[in-house]
Formats: sequence, structure tokens, C-alpha cells
Amino acid sequence: MPKVKVDGVELEVPAGATVLQACELAGKEIPRFCYHERLSIAGNCRMCLVEVKPGPPKPQASCALPATDGQEIRTDSEMVKKAREGVMEFLLINHPLDCPICDQGGECDLQDQSVAYGRGGSRYHEHKRAVTEKYMGPLIKTQMTRCIHCTRCVRFSEEVAGVDEIGALYRGESMQITTYLEHAAKHEMSANVIDLCPVGALTSRPYAYEARPWELKKTLGIDVSDATGSNIRIDARGREVLRVLPRNNDDVNEEWLSDKARFQIDGLTKRRLDKPYLRRDGKLVAVTWNEAFAALSTLNPGASIAAVAGDMVDCETMFAAKALVGALGSSLLEGRQTGMNYATANLAAVNFNTTLNDIESADTILIVGSMVRWEAPTVNVRLRKAVKRGAKVFLIGPEWETTFGGEFIGDDLSVLGNLPGHVSNALGQAKRPAVIVGGAALGRGGLEAALGLAGQFKLVRTLEDGSAWNGFNVLHMAASRMGGLMLGYAQEGGIADLVAAKPKVLISLGADEVDYAGFAGSMIVYIGHHGDKGAHAADVILPASAYTEKAGTYVSTEGRVQFADKAVFAPGDAREDWTILRALADAFGVTVGFDSFDELRAAMIAAVPALGIEGLAGYGKALPAGGGSASGAIVYPIKDFYMTNPIARASATMQRCSAELLHGEEFAEAAE
Amino acid sequence: MADRFIEPDTPELRARWGNFAWTEANAAKAKDIVARYPEGRQRSAVMPLLDLAQRQVGAELNTQGWLPIPVMEFVARELDMPIIRVVEVASFYTMYNIAPIGRFHVQVCGTTPCMLRGSDDIIETCKKRGMKKGHTTADGMWSFTEVECMGNCASAPMVQINDDNYEDLTPERMDAVLDALARGETPKAGTQDPARHTVEPVGEPTNLAAMITANHDYRSEW
Repeated sequence: MPKVKVDGVELEVPAGATVLQACELAGKEIPRFCYHERLSIAGNCRMCLVEVKPGPPKPQASCALPATDGQEIRTDSEMVKKAREGVMEFLLINHPLDCPICDQGGECDLQDQSVAYGRGGSRYHEHKRAVTEKYMGPLIKTQMTRCIHCTRCVRFSEEVAGVDEIGALYRGESMQITTYLEHAAKHEMSANVIDLCPVGALTSRPYAYEARPWELKKTLGIDVSDATGSNIRIDARGREVLRVLPRNNDDVNEEWLSDKARFQIDGLTKRRLDKPYLRRDGKLVAVTWNEAFAALSTLNPGASIAAVAGDMVDCETMFAAKALVGALGSSLLEGRQTGMNYATANLAAVNFNTTLNDIESADTILIVGSMVRWEAPTVNVRLRKAVKRGAKVFLIGPEWETTFGGEFIGDDLSVLGNLPGHVSNALGQAKRPAVIVGGAALGRGGLEAALGLAGQFKLVRTLEDGSAWNGFNVLHMAASRMGGLMLGYAQEGGIADLVAAKPKVLISLGADEVDYAGFAGSMIVYIGHHGDKGAHAADVILPASAYTEKAGTYVSTEGRVQFADKAVFAPGDAREDWTILRALADAFGVTVGFDSFDELRAAMIAAVPALGIEGLAGYGKALPAGGGSASGAIVYPIKDFYMTNPIARASATMQRCSAELLHGEEFAEAAE
Repeated sequence: MADRFIEPDTPELRARWGNFAWTEANAAKAKDIVARYPEGRQRSAVMPLLDLAQRQVGAELNTQGWLPIPVMEFVARELDMPIIRVVEVASFYTMYNIAPIGRFHVQVCGTTPCMLRGSDDIIETCKKRGMKKGHTTADGMWSFTEVECMGNCASAPMVQINDDNYEDLTPERMDAVLDALARGETPKAGTQDPARHTVEPVGEPTNLAAMITANHDYRSEW
């Protein structure tokens, strides 16, 4: 551990740290543009210059200089001040002074740092360089004259996303950042370059000219577009959510966010259910809340009631529905909308046990029936990191374009029982083996067969360093899945049990993927926020809140309990889900034991204590034995990454992404 | 630096170059080149392969050769690397022509030593033949660019035409070189001064004159 002196203060820094990191440890702010913790070091912006002794008598780029024993680093000397001013002046030579019309204004690294470290004025009188705008797809708006060539976006697409499509053409002053032939950036994490861009060269296209950062109310939330529970910040003005940004969480999404999570939010204002509806003579008619509850109170379902939870609902909503159904004497609850019926007695068997963070350190990974890129883009990033560290990846399922290589060893579940020799050898010899079972492989005996492999290859083990390793993982796609399973939203036979029970009333909590044909005889009460498939089948629609409009608890696919706050109010007459269920209890003449959100949450935590503690729920290490054989061709459930949930389907941005990026439609650019 | 831009990707360009493949001789050469690099580092061969491709295009067109987009894509496929990385390399180095070029690429050095030794006259000579900076003449014969130092300052002024340097130029000597090229001859590369073989001093040496015939210890004279 080298000892260095930063501005006269001696401190010890970890081996391998750079001078910049040493300065940060000492609490000194080092301005930078190209340096980013999660990307490789480029050292091309020169903003991080500091004075280092021993060394040449000139300022040095601290981001690329290793900290060594006995270094004396100064960040406050006259030389450093002059160096920063000089670099900033050079950077601003070609940077337009268009902050008033730039979307980055107010949250721009260049703006902030030029105020903090730049000269008071400009001495430059020549012509500035201008660069033509580059088309980068429907999500990224470019204004390349503002580019300062930090190459963060180039490094991101190459290193993190694993899709080499952004590059720096030409040289010197003529250097330009572009995608190949200005094709749209085509991967699921592309919009992260917007956050990475330290200037206003790459900005968000849907959010263009919408708001200034200081006008926005920022709320901490959890993303529901997939099951990884990405941490997000919801930026809203008034009643409208204007954008969603990722929050740093090294255990979950690092600081990335999938394009869908980021840009589906314009769907929150479209196709919304903002009034209650009743089906009269086969047609849905808008009514008032009173009329809706008056009609519902005549139903008298008794114990003939069931609830099915959608993919995006929070635990509180599910618990409230469970309390209501339970108060009426029924326990028919299901969340696996598409008919899955895997065993849920031991939740460790259906959990991402390795955790999203530790999967990076796995050395052999077998992926069964999961198109990770679409089902959990942030996990895909982790897998790429694992492969970069030397992990071998084998995949069972139809081939898809991985960003991390890997070998496809078959597309049928039967391969599970008959692994090729080199695969079983690799798994057998691995120190940290992992199996990831995706949604497409959970049924038809797939989960049991994979659990059999877990026993065979001892996926649960103690590592050499004494820490525990559980290499058995299930990668879900629904944000509500693990929470639902913890709350008992699972019947032995899956949703078929609900169909067989022929309930008089079926409460649908935003369940849009259910085949409602089986419930033809039931009164379907849809409590949800979008006029999607579920609402079409409903007999009563009670408008509820989307994930930005209610506080809630979510459990990610790794069993991580996380809390989200309410960012905005639901539109029109829509209410928070729990209040609707509470009122429904009155209509049905039962008591559910809560009158406020706090009471509901307290009751939920009393029933399932793990839901009250932020962090990994912990389902134990023991896995069921599993075994048996599986067979059947694997078909990935997601056909269109941008259209997986009702919010995304209502979103114009996602529709355009789907049409342009997946179906190759061409869009003429609007004249500006 | 002259503005260089990649020739736009058009259907015509695709039709013309979409089927680009190595000639038999070049295929063997390409194989040799790739084999020079260690296993897993084949991408390093991108620069020699781009050069080879440019020469093959040149041979087909009877010009210096250039790199149309489909040809760069071909090289990317050959090396199994992302196309954007190939375009980055091709657009960075000015010896790769990324737009069509004439039979002879006349690159006149205009940096200080050449300028002091009369490169302005050389440029004038070129202009008299209808050459224009950054353009190819209508007959497709001459492409003309002014470049920065090519490292031939001892025999300035100089010009690089395709693979050869012509040095110690005067307008007359330049005309002679261009005329010879136009006739299809290959003028002698290097210095055009009949009194010089290479970059040895012109006339008698003026420095360290005492060392010409024998070793001489100057130290006592300092």
C-alpha cells in the first residue's frame, strides 16, 4: 500500500490506485471529463492535471498516473491552477457558447467546471469548428459541435454494452464521434451514453427542450420494466414524469439503466385509465366511483373470489388484495400470469441466489432459456464483465446475439439432462460455477432438471476463502414476481387452479398477460392503470396508479427488497391501488385490518417480516433436490424488447424504437 | 489539414464494390500478413490489410486506389472486427484514401524548410497543369494535396507521388517528373539534382571540414 502526500496530508492508498483516486481519497476534487470509474482510462481530456513530485517539472494527468510510494501531490498549487485554466480554455475554443439553448444546461460538467476552474473570459477570436449532427437513433439526440472528444461514449459501447457501434472518425481538430454510417445505436443500454456525456453533445431525444433540471422534483424509485429492480430517480414537474435516470447502486444496476426503463415513461400519460368503467350490455361505460362500488357491492362473491397480480405491481398492493381475498375466505392468488406452475415451497429454488454483483465473479456460467439481453439488460452487462474476467459461458436456447461470446449448446430443454462432455467438464472443474435459468426454461420440468444440475455440480458450496457461494439462479422478468411469491401469489397448479375454481369474482391487479378466456364466467374487476389487454377483458375497471404514482415495496429477482417513493399523483379519478382495495372491502362487507398506507405496510411486514428490511431477503441456502428430465424446444417469451408491458406499449418512444430498431422501419427526420 | 470525408455510402457504391474480394495473389499476401500476428491479435493486421485493399482497388481502377465503404466492411469481415474500428483507422491515417483519387496523388510538402527552398514554385507548377488543392483533375490523372513535413528537409523541396518521393525540385525538374509520369514512365525516385546521389552535402562540406579525409580531434580548438 503506497503512502502518498496530497497537499501536505499523508495518506495510504490501495495498491494500484491512480493519483486521481488518491486525491479523491484525500477529499480533493479533481476536475475531469474523460475519466469515469466504470470505463477504461483514456487520459485524453487533460483536465485532471496535478503537480506530482518526483517527476517531470510539469503538470501530469492524474487519472492515468499510478500512485507510488513517496509521491508528493499538489492539487492547489499555482501550476495546477494555471494548467486547469489552460486546458479549460483549449476545450472551450471549439465548444459553442449555447448553454441557454442546450439541454445539458444546469447539469453540465463542462459548465460547472468552467465556472470552478476556468478563466473569467475568453481570448479566442478565430472561427469555431462546427460539426454536422449525427443520427444516433430515436433515443439519443446529438449536437456534435458541443463534443469535447472525451470518448466516454465510445468506451461505453465497446466495454460495457459490448456492441461496437460508436467510434471516433478522422483526427485532430476534425475528429468526430459517430455511429457507423449514422445507423441508430441498436442495443438495450444505448441511452446510458446520455448520462455519460459530460457536455450537451449527446442528450435525450424524447426529453429534448422539455425542462431544466432545477425545475424538476426528484423522487427515488425502483424500475419495474424488468425484474432486476434497477434503482431510478424519477424527475417530475407538476403532475408529469419527464424523465427517469439511473441511481448509483453497485449491487443492482451499477449506474446503468436499460432504454426501456428510461424511456417508457411517456407511456404514463397515454392510454391511461382515469375513470372507473362498468360493462353494461357488453360495452364499457364510464361511471363514478360511487356507481362502481354500488355495482360491486351487489356481487356478494363470498369465498368465490380470486386475485391475479400483474408484472408491475408492488408488494403493498398484492398484500392488500391478499387481505381482501383472505377476508372473504379464499386463498386463490396467482401472479404467474402465463400459466407457469413451478414449485415455490422453497424460494431459494426460484431466486437469483448468486446475486447480481457476485455473478461477475463466476467462472463458468450455464444459461438456460434466457435471452438475458432483453430479459435483464443490466444482468447482461454483468455477464460481459464476468466473461472479461475469464468466465466461460454456455447457453441453452435458440441463438441470440450475445455481447459476451459464449457457446450455444442446443435449443431444447432435453440438453439439460445430456450436457455435452466439455460443458459438464467445465462446470465440474469450475471454482465458482453458476447456472442461470430463464423464464423460458422454468416450465416443462426445466427448473427441476436445472436443480438436478445444481446438486450434481455442487453449485452451493463454500469457496476457498471461506465465503458461501450459491450458483443457482433464476432470472425472472416481472418486477412483482419475487414479492408475489413471498406473499403467496402462487397456486400449485398455477393459474389453471384459478380457472378450475371458476371464481365468481376475479380481481386483476394490472394483469395484462393473462388469457382471460378461461375466466369467461367470472366477474373480472381490473385494478390497473393502462387500457391494455386486461382492461379490454374487464367487467369493472377501477383506475389505479402506475409505479411512479405510489409508494411501494419491490423485490427483485435476486430477492432484494427495495422501497420506492411516490413521485406524482395519478391522473383523473385514478387512485392508489391499496385505497381501491380498501374501499372494495367495504363494498364486499368485510374488514381487511388497515385504514392507512402505514397500517397496510405494518400488516404486510407483520405477515412477511423480510419485506420490511431493505436488502436481500435471504431464502436460505438449501436447494430442493430437483432431478427428473425436461424436454421441449425453448421459446423466449419476449418477442419485442420495447413492448413488454402496458406502459411501454402505450409509449410513443418505445413504439418508435420497436418499429425502427427491431422492425427496420425508416423514419424521416423532422425538419428543425 | 485538408478536409477528408468518407465517400457516402450509396447504392451505386454498393453495387460497384459490394462483391469486393481478394485477388488470388492478394489472398495469399493477406494470409501471410495475418499470420504475422499472434493468435487472437489478428485485428492488428487491419492497417496492412487496408493498404493491400487500397492497392487492389487502385490496380482495378488504374489509380492510386482508395477505400470504399464496402471494401472497409470486407476487411472488417476478414479480421472479424467491428466495422467502426476499421473506419476509425482508415479515416485517421491520411495515407488511406477514403474518397476516389486520381492516377497520381501529388502531395507537395509546404512546411517551412520546403517553403524556404521554393515549394511555392512547385505548387505553382502543379496549378499550371490544372491541379487544385484537394481535387482530382478532370482526366483523372492528378490528385493534388498540400501536406505537412514528410521528413525530407535535407533535400527540400520535395513531393510525394504515390509510393515515391521526388526531391531537390525546381519547377523544371518537377515538370520533367510529371511529364515522365504522364508518359507512363517511371522517373528515378529520390533527388532530382544530377549532382547529388542522395542527401549528401551539396558541393564541398562546410562543417567539420578537417574530418573529411582523416579523423581529426577538434577538442583542443574549443
